[in-house]
Amino acid sequence: MNGKILIEFFINVFSMGSLYALIALGLVFVFGICQLINFAYGEFITVSAYILYFVGTFTSLPWPIVFLIAILVGVAVGYISELVAFRPFRGRSLDALLVTSFAISVILQNMFQIGISPRSKPVPVPAVLAQNINLFGVTTPLRNIVLIITTFVLLVVLTLIMKYTPLGIAMRGASENFVTARLMGVPANQVISVAFIICGFLAGIVAIFWSVRTGSVEPMMGGTPLNIGFIAVVIGGMYSLPGSVAGGYVYAFISNTLSLILPTTLLSFRDAIMFIIVITFLLLKPEGLIRGSYQEERVG
Amino acid sequence: MSELIINTAQAQNSVNPILEVDDLYVSYGAIQAIHGVSLHVNKGELVSICGVNGAGKSTILKSIAGVLKPKSGTIRFKQVDVTGKKPEQLHKIGMALVPEGRDIFPTLTVEENLRIGAYGRYKPKTYAADLEDMFNLFPILKERFHQAGGLLSGGEQQMLAIARGLISRPDLLMMDEPSLGLSPTRVDQIFELILELKGRGITILLVEQNAKRALEIADRAYLFSNGRIEYAGCPKDMESSIDIAAVYLGANEGGNGV
Repeated sequence: MNGKILIEFFINVFSMGSLYALIALGLVFVFGICQLINFAYGEFITVSAYILYFVGTFTSLPWPIVFLIAILVGVAVGYISELVAFRPFRGRSLDALLVTSFAISVILQNMFQIGISPRSKPVPVPAVLAQNINLFGVTTPLRNIVLIITTFVLLVVLTLIMKYTPLGIAMRGASENFVTARLMGVPANQVISVAFIICGFLAGIVAIFWSVRTGSVEPMMGGTPLNIGFIAVVIGGMYSLPGSVAGGYVYAFISNTLSLILPTTLLSFRDAIMFIIVITFLLLKPEGLIRGSYQEERVG
Repeated sequence: MSELIINTAQAQNSVNPILEVDDLYVSYGAIQAIHGVSLHVNKGELVSICGVNGAGKSTILKSIAGVLKPKSGTIRFKQVDVTGKKPEQLHKIGMALVPEGRDIFPTLTVEENLRIGAYGRYKPKTYAADLEDMFNLFPILKERFHQAGGLLSGGEQQMLAIARGLISRPDLLMMDEPSLGLSPTRVDQIFELILELKGRGITILLVEQNAKRALEIADRAYLFSNGRIEYAGCPKDMESSIDIAAVYLGANEGGNGV
């Protein structure tokens, strides 16, 4: 019995952690390059989720194609928002970019509310993903296992790209010192575009697994993943891609542990306790689990 | 008035200028950092810019390299007006800046640092040979090839920074305070290296606080003070005609120097 609970616990930690890691990665890719916390990231996810709803409901395209369309739209949203909204303000101040990201977020939310519906819409889910399978004597939906495997593959591919391709090396360099990288001929526009494209791509993937889990999409749904991603990034380290991934898994671990050990009377305070842990974390280890190129800034 | 005379004299001297800066004004927000500076560097020359902290030495290099946008004035590189161009565009046409404080990418390996150095002008055919050339100049980089740049000592980082600039085969190599914060033996090494690069025919614009050493090796020199050129010309004349110590110690304000 206890062994079963443990296996179940770890399946939960790894599947939730995988999703959180992907969410966090999308934030850190952009933050690393532009020092911008992209508050519109949640809405990138929402757009892709709506695409799943529309294409899944009103066409009879096979599922892989539906997913592919959702991901491609995520990529397009990431790329276009950088091009039309962020690029004109770059080189001004970071505050301007931050406000811009809020603006995109609010504009998209309102577009969903006015153009689609303020109520939630059911997202059709391929039956196979909802199917339960038996793993080490524990029943779990297949989607959890697919999520863990997909994340693993994505992390390997992204690691290879960042480590061995010239563009990946340039992006890592640019995230450590943007001006110096430009002095070596790394084009600012190119690396920033790519960061937003990766951000949009991850938003598309997250949208799939998020809506498969919740089964619905609504205009304000982006807030929760954004929050989760932000906390994961704070835990893991804003300046490190592996750190943000680790942060996602640590978040899932803490959150699942709390669910497991908290008495029922305290369970409703789980998120509050989670936030206390995050605040403590910020106080004791502000650079996160993995330091990356974090440097303490002196004030005054 | 004396500046004007110097400037015309310079213009006549410029034989084959690869870089010409004309009447450049640069400011950081409301603070004017460069007040109408004109200078030039001829092909194959080693030109030093000296001056105290805050004289505008780094600012002029950053402006030439495209990091800072000048308020007015022109910068011509290889006879083309490049004023206001981006750093990545300037790198592509053959400018390289070895930044102040080295600015190594700390978590990237030496190999990756060098690969980025060549990014804008990467040629698959010659890259291996260029890398070998850097190993000859800096054997330590071969030893540390797979180590993170941040783990190198200050002197080693400076060598990596210079190699990162050189590997793109620039037509103009600009160096910002390469000897800053290094031990005396390392400083000797760096200056020997600069001489060797000059011997190879590389055009160098060197910003240095260590004026004595910089003037020893330079073909020509500019002395900056408060964002203006205080003196321009042959380093030997500069040493004899002005009291450099006075300029450095700021005694010129009191009038007992220049």
